[in-house]
Amino acid sequence: MIRDITLGQYYPAKSIIHQLDPRVKLVTTMVYIVSLFVAKGISGYLIATLFLAMVVKMSKVPFGYITKGLKAIIMILLITVVFNLFLVDGDIVLWRFGFLRITDKGVRTAVFMAIRLIYLIIGSSIMTLTTTPNDLTDGLEKLLGPLKKIHVPVHEIAMMMSIALRFIPILLEETDKIMKAQIARGADFETGNLIQKARAMVPLLVPLFISAFRRANDLAMAMEARCYHGGDGRTKMKPLHYESRDKTAYAVVWGYLLLVIAANYVGGLYAIQLL
Amino acid sequence: MSIKIKDVNYTYAENTAYEIHALKDVNLEIPDGQFVGLIGHTGSGKSTLVQHLNGLIKATGGRIYFNGRDIYGENFSMKELRSKVGLVFQYPEHQLFEVDVLSDVCFGPKNLGFSREEAEEKAKAALCMVGMGEEYYRRSPFELSGGQKRRVAIAGVLAMEPEMLILDEPTAGLDPRGRDEILDQIEKLQKERGITVVLVSHSMEDVARYVDRIIVMNQGQVRFDGAPREVFRHYQELEAIGLAAPQTTYVMQELKKRGADVDTDATTIEEAADAIEHWLRN
Repeated sequence: MIRDITLGQYYPAKSIIHQLDPRVKLVTTMVYIVSLFVAKGISGYLIATLFLAMVVKMSKVPFGYITKGLKAIIMILLITVVFNLFLVDGDIVLWRFGFLRITDKGVRTAVFMAIRLIYLIIGSSIMTLTTTPNDLTDGLEKLLGPLKKIHVPVHEIAMMMSIALRFIPILLEETDKIMKAQIARGADFETGNLIQKARAMVPLLVPLFISAFRRANDLAMAMEARCYHGGDGRTKMKPLHYESRDKTAYAVVWGYLLLVIAANYVGGLYAIQLL
Repeated sequence: MSIKIKDVNYTYAENTAYEIHALKDVNLEIPDGQFVGLIGHTGSGKSTLVQHLNGLIKATGGRIYFNGRDIYGENFSMKELRSKVGLVFQYPEHQLFEVDVLSDVCFGPKNLGFSREEAEEKAKAALCMVGMGEEYYRRSPFELSGGQKRRVAIAGVLAMEPEMLILDEPTAGLDPRGRDEILDQIEKLQKERGITVVLVSHSMEDVARYVDRIIVMNQGQVRFDGAPREVFRHYQELEAIGLAAPQTTYVMQELKKRGADVDTDATTIEEAADAIEHWLRN
């Protein structure tokens, strides 16, 4: 039941996207998100769609698996669409009921907003699906490296992030286990009103908290036993370095961003010609 | 009170990259009052199998009959099944949550709808069975030792008065003395109350002394099923799947190989001693 959560989980496969340097993937995701907000017309989104489709295809992660992550944002998506649909003012009114009305501009904004959100989630899911948490934090640490000069604890932030990510599946599994153990003792997590349900969580939450603290304690001990003392002077077994495919990927990504920006102007010119 | 497992299959995370075929066409019947040892290597599917027996996991294929009734049938009450088939998980002390020992053990019977007094009565009886005296009733479960916590957790399931008790690696992480104490208590319980006990373990040594029947699992399938002595005759095959027969079996086999005409079916130290004595006298 709890195993179904895919957000932030790694999907093992052998693909060019999996092999890319994590820094490339982090930068690409950022650029992609920026591009979604830069794009103004249909042509821009068309390019974004093509780019996304290409990356999904190359990643070898089943499309159904990626879209599973979308379930989590369905509510946000609906609210955004409804608000934009009814509240954005436009020139041509398509439908009217009391104070509610749908305009051409409303429809346009709602559709673009929905596309933006969906692409955003898919884009960032691909990054987490194709990169192991360790790689991700390594990449982040290296990218944020320059901030060390202004005393930002980059290594510590990266370490905390990797531990947090690593603990998500562990705690999910633990929850599953404790839940089953209590169900075996006749506990009921599903029926009853809100207060009964909240009280039913106590036999789950107390052991879960204790186990989380115990694990944190064990981990701290294990780290100390291996002489961990923060990032100073720490070397890596597999230091990150760019391969030729990473350079190609960077070129493709920046080229893509330029294309999206250009599409705005071309689209604009096209619109002017139409007028 | 018998359980019949028919063609049961189970697949974790079906249709994803994480897909694991944990159980493959398992067929078993566990009759009343038997003491069964379920043995297998880590990942052999033994824990998955026992979770099917009280309906915590639903088989992806096959049927399970409890006293002849299909547990996946429409009118079957899972709650009733869980009150009759008690399952003690691995490291059960991790599920303790109440402020004192007695209230924690009361959790099960109270969930079954018993009043506070009835639940306490059952809890006290269960604590007595695992050898935890009155002086522990008001102590916090978190300040007990590892072995004591484990016994309280087992009492938590016993208090529901199950007709079948399944214990998943009840001795994991205990010292030899704690291990013997727990296993002896389980044996006593099985003898006195006549309940069915399924003991899940990866150690032959542990179970050989106690059980009537051993079921060996490997890669989601039942590999051997029979009395301990029958199963241990296959000690070479057991080794091939990462298990081992008790040391006694090896000693007896080696003696036989060197010309001593001893009974190689001896599984416990006492039996082996008798067999050697018998051979020496003749």
